[in-house]
Amino acid sequence: MNEQAKVPFFTRGVMTLTVIAVAGIAVLAARFVFGIGAVTNLDDQYPWGIWIGIDVASGVALAAGGFTTAFIAHILHRERFHSIVRPALLTAMLGYTFVALGVFIDLGRYYNIWHVLMPWYWQGNSALFEVGVCVLMYLTVLYIEFLPIVVERFKGRVNWRGGMARFNGATEKVLNVLDATLNRVMSFFIIAGVVLSCAHQSSLGTLMVIAPSKLHPLWHTSVLPLQFLLSAFAVGLAMVIFESYLASRSLKHPFDLDVLAPLGRMIPFLLTLYFAAKLIDMVSRGTYTYLAEPSLQSISWLVEVVVGVVVPAFILMTHRLRRNQTWLFSAAAMIVGGVALNRINVFVIGYKPLYAEQPYVPAWSEVLVTAGFIAILVLLYRFFVLNLPVLDHEGDAHHA
Amino acid sequence: MSSRREFLKFTGAAAGGAVAAAAGVDAAMASTGPPLDPDRVGVLCDFTLCVGCRRCEWACSSSNELPHGDLADYDDTTPLANMRRPDATNLTVINRYPASQGQVKPFHAKVNCLHCEHPACVSACLVQALKKDPHGPVTYDAGACVGCRYCMTACPFQIPAYEYDNAFTPRVMKCSLCAERTSEAGVMPECVKMCPQEAMVYGRRDQLLDLAHERIATHPGRYLDHVYGARECGGTSWLYLADRDFTELDLPDMPDVSPAELTESLQHGIFKGFSGPIMLFGLIAVIMKSAGLRPDDRLEDDDE
Repeated sequence: MNEQAKVPFFTRGVMTLTVIAVAGIAVLAARFVFGIGAVTNLDDQYPWGIWIGIDVASGVALAAGGFTTAFIAHILHRERFHSIVRPALLTAMLGYTFVALGVFIDLGRYYNIWHVLMPWYWQGNSALFEVGVCVLMYLTVLYIEFLPIVVERFKGRVNWRGGMARFNGATEKVLNVLDATLNRVMSFFIIAGVVLSCAHQSSLGTLMVIAPSKLHPLWHTSVLPLQFLLSAFAVGLAMVIFESYLASRSLKHPFDLDVLAPLGRMIPFLLTLYFAAKLIDMVSRGTYTYLAEPSLQSISWLVEVVVGVVVPAFILMTHRLRRNQTWLFSAAAMIVGGVALNRINVFVIGYKPLYAEQPYVPAWSEVLVTAGFIAILVLLYRFFVLNLPVLDHEGDAHHA
Repeated sequence: MSSRREFLKFTGAAAGGAVAAAAGVDAAMASTGPPLDPDRVGVLCDFTLCVGCRRCEWACSSSNELPHGDLADYDDTTPLANMRRPDATNLTVINRYPASQGQVKPFHAKVNCLHCEHPACVSACLVQALKKDPHGPVTYDAGACVGCRYCMTACPFQIPAYEYDNAFTPRVMKCSLCAERTSEAGVMPECVKMCPQEAMVYGRRDQLLDLAHERIATHPGRYLDHVYGARECGGTSWLYLADRDFTELDLPDMPDVSPAELTESLQHGIFKGFSGPIMLFGLIAVIMKSAGLRPDDRLEDDDE
């Protein structure tokens, strides 16, 4: 805490991010006043663009570190990894918050979003219903899982000023009650978080199974949900390494190779499972023939698999490279990029509607909203790690 | 120890809640709609009779309160020079194709929602804004819609259009088979009523299928022996007759099953009765309780 407090919040990088964030918010204001058509290149052929492909689909995948680290540290009780649970949890909480926001701004009738929670509107055949309900429930679980961090920061230190001062006692009492209660119920929420994550990570893949004549055969398969789940396992851990490195650079915080290298060691195993699910499916459907024709789709598939899966798996299997923080980070970055590209391929690049006259290319204003969201997310991450016990926390034995 | 008891109590209560929710979701899974009526309606559209007068387009737009000029404006056939798709203001359009062999006059095809028997859009819709009426039409309720546009992704015929420029109350736009009007006995959809060529017949789908095959049998030279919509995507309420392969008329070659069956079998396999998630929860709880603490030296083999 104290060491980080010396790092100023505002730096040149933060200023740049703030500018992008403000620009994104300005475009967003235009979307709510003039409609989705005014700021996006979406049309009747391409109903979904990068807000769904990047903000939502990639966002969900990259936030998978929350449940994968919780599984390793709290369910398998691998004590060594407790220190990475909180940063991963923070990423997941912020990531899912922005996934929900991403969905919200893309909805034409966003004010009807509560319909998803009303049983008389439920439509259980819809993969999107499953995704929506699970994401909302998981977001709640993430906030509950994050509460102990807030409680720890302020318990015994509540110090409202001015007119609020009279609430000091009451706030302290609430924090004490929370502290006592959360401990007892947290195991339930940790397990629920893992179950909900497995459910919606896979259902996100089910979404596009309904469009066999539009999604390119390189990606359309009934095992898409399995591929989404397996890649989420791998990218969740890669994301922890990726952001730990960036945070260590930006916040002058040590990069804990003794925790992150062993974490990286688990990834090739998960990547192999994912690669097998892709390869077996490809061979059984004979879709490798599409790789012979040069197209945006075939190139994008190769990049996704070679750069995003095969190369980083080999890097992480090599002890010498894994113990080198630059190589470890590079491999993690490739996996993060590869899985994000996979989601973009499934939702945008591989989507070939029947009557499109020209392919969808996002409008600059669409890109600004996505960039703005990412900028705000990074700024919030920075704010939280500078003000809450996230990075220096050595882990607690509550759930052991 | 007390923590474990609390855990079990809490988990038990939550499991009860999950079972109750499971019943709700099971009910929701069945909500694709009641079984279809045997006497459900459809339209047989005989493209060989269509002369491309576009009167159906006018009838459709005027009855659905969409922008439309005078009927005479539709005598203009210049729009037919380009391939058109239905959009947010034109729920049906006529396209022009090269003449049949030995004929001079061009061939025409009408495009609109086919009203699938097992619609992918209905299966995709997460809030039941789209529904399959047992009597035939696939209907849309803008009041329920959240505007996610998954129906547009799901539709195998790429029919639903969206009011992207409406900031506050955008609607998914598609033909309703005039369901608002045809519920009254003897009332036909506006396009069918308007057609001067009687290229369309509105009636019971099973009888229309018989009629289609009868026409093919009577005039084998006039038709390709294929009733489009009889089996495509699990069957559609609209049935088409033409002189050529339907792919030449931009109607895609489709398998006999609805794409909805692909996702529904996955969804049901995983979530029916919540059995999958509940079993996973139990399994993880067992692992959590039984996995002992691992001393660091046992798990750390990375430095070897």
